[in-house]
Amino acid sequence: MSSSTHVARRATALGPGLALLCVLLALVAFLSITLGSRSIGLPEVLRALGSLDTDGSINSTVTLELRVPRTLLGVLVGAALGVAGAILQGVTRNPLADAGVMGINSGAAAFVVFAITVLGVRGAGVYVWFAFAGAIAALVLVYAIASLGREGATPVKLALSGVAVTAGLASVTTGIVMTNVDALNELRFWQVGSLAGRYAPILTGVAPFLIIALIASLGFGRALNGLALGEDMARGLGQQVTRTRTAAFAVVAVLAGAATAACGPIVFVGLVVPHVARFICGPDYRWILPYSMLLAPIVLLLADVLGRVVVTPDELQVGVVLGVLGAPAFIGIVRYGRMSEV
Amino acid sequence: MTATTPAAPPAAATAGAFRTTRRRRATRSVVVTCSLAVAVTALFVLTMMVGSFQLSAGEVIASVLQLRDDPSVDFVVRGLRLPTAASALAVGLALGAAGTIFQQLLRNPLASPDFVGINAGAGFAAITGIVLLQVGGLAVSALALAGAVVAALLMYVLAWRDGVAGYRFILIGIGATLFFDGLIGYMLTRAQLSDARQAMHWLTGSVGQAEPGELRLLLGAVLLLLPTAVLLQRQLRALELGDDTARALGIRTELSRAGLLATAVVLTALAVAVAGPIVFVALVAGPIANRLLGPATGGIIPAALVGAALLLTADLIAVHLLPTALPTGVVTGAVGAPYLLWLLATTNRQGAGG
Repeated sequence: MSSSTHVARRATALGPGLALLCVLLALVAFLSITLGSRSIGLPEVLRALGSLDTDGSINSTVTLELRVPRTLLGVLVGAALGVAGAILQGVTRNPLADAGVMGINSGAAAFVVFAITVLGVRGAGVYVWFAFAGAIAALVLVYAIASLGREGATPVKLALSGVAVTAGLASVTTGIVMTNVDALNELRFWQVGSLAGRYAPILTGVAPFLIIALIASLGFGRALNGLALGEDMARGLGQQVTRTRTAAFAVVAVLAGAATAACGPIVFVGLVVPHVARFICGPDYRWILPYSMLLAPIVLLLADVLGRVVVTPDELQVGVVLGVLGAPAFIGIVRYGRMSEV
Repeated sequence: MTATTPAAPPAAATAGAFRTTRRRRATRSVVVTCSLAVAVTALFVLTMMVGSFQLSAGEVIASVLQLRDDPSVDFVVRGLRLPTAASALAVGLALGAAGTIFQQLLRNPLASPDFVGINAGAGFAAITGIVLLQVGGLAVSALALAGAVVAALLMYVLAWRDGVAGYRFILIGIGATLFFDGLIGYMLTRAQLSDARQAMHWLTGSVGQAEPGELRLLLGAVLLLLPTAVLLQRQLRALELGDDTARALGIRTELSRAGLLATAVVLTALAVAVAGPIVFVALVAGPIANRLLGPATGGIIPAALVGAALLLTADLIAVHLLPTALPTGVVTGAVGAPYLLWLLATTNRQGAGG
């Protein structure tokens, strides 16, 4: 009785909270379109946004062809990384699970290097697809290896196989990069993680995957709540644990794979945001997933805007900003926050 | 007194069985440790035999022990190959011991220095030196040493709250690693391509870049700290039972934990300063040693020896078996990964990796 009123109260507080986050996201997105290394007056931005067509001036071109796609990409990629992190942590019941730990970054990087050195591919627009394939291949490999043996993919085995695959792929990648200067030159810019220079073609390329996977991911709340009780308990409640896991991994592979492909490995969002969401929402994944989906792009866009503003006219890549600002925030959560169990 | 007599025979039998098991464990532990020591010695000699100028085992041993005087052999062995081999040996011993101490202390197979921010701190300091300050050689190592120590201290201060508990330490370590990785990535994009290349080489880790001074320091530290770690191992055993039990046994938990952590940190920092942040050796040495030791797990010396064997083998492969000589770290990752995967695939226990 008391627990159900508690749940009801949570729901009444968390529902408006989601709406508030939507408003906040819209504000941050607007900020991201307005601010940049080139200062463009607010009326001009509004006019460009209103007409949705460039009038030929540099300002409206920058706004519509650079900043709007960049912002949209930030929203999609942020949402994808946040939800992917939350699902991974839920499925593996591992608070450290994250796209990086699970081999996604290293798989993507390995395939990008392969594309550059063996196939002679140049330019982010092309190797997006190799990164995508590599991310998915790595995740499948990690999961397949962890599933070997009697008791299937336990959290520890999953994390260890992620670590092993990451290290193996990273070694091969470095080995190639050390002997190929071109590959090093391309890779060092890809691997910091950035929204810059990845505009409309990339957006239209990855958006369909991301949107479908984002919608699909919201359906996992109940299943993740079951898994949180432990595998046996979830089975006892009539859940198809293996099927849930497989489906969840497929969705994560698409989300994190496409995000990494589009922007390079962006750290921290997938690891930290679900913890923040859990801190706000408690253990219910039906709330954690949408909260992660909205919190993550807010964080990502703020970091991107900050990176554009602090070192004008140069810019700091969003991956760097998140690394530098995210770490203290993360450590603060770990130290002072109630580090909720996953 | 009479009441206890009927219970005596079964108790004696249990004690006997217990003693037998214990003796069997001790025997296995000694046999494994000795075999590992022999293997490491053999690899150490083998490393100095191969190369463009082939030598026999006898020539190498005679030259190293200064038993015979043959200038050309002495030049190749003592001048060229011994520093690299000694560096692989010392770095391997240090990383193996440090990794297993971290893992046992924090009760987590992921708790090797590669994961708790120490390597990343050293890497960032060294890369800053290479890219911004344009330094090389000894200065890079000194920066790496400073970076590792600062990162470890930072980690300890940040993780401290009523004691250093396992998960918090690792989470904070991962946070710090990501923090430094972000900065390393940024440094790499700011660098000239040639500097970036040098930085990447350093970040991969190689035993072939040791300066004699640092090498002597590392060897001294290994000789001093390995016995210290073994002496502290009794404390470690008690800690494995949990903090409360350990306290009940009269162990000053935080003090011994801090002592062990400090030992592991110094070993790691010196190893990274000498050879760069070589991955995987610290992570897998402990689990491999445990598998060899069977039930008597947790030996620091066997883990250190496994580390040395791994690194010597990796360097042999990196320098002699690959078409182009590559940094050692490339091979430790490429060879270590399949091993860990095999370990995962064959082990049936939960909490795999050991």
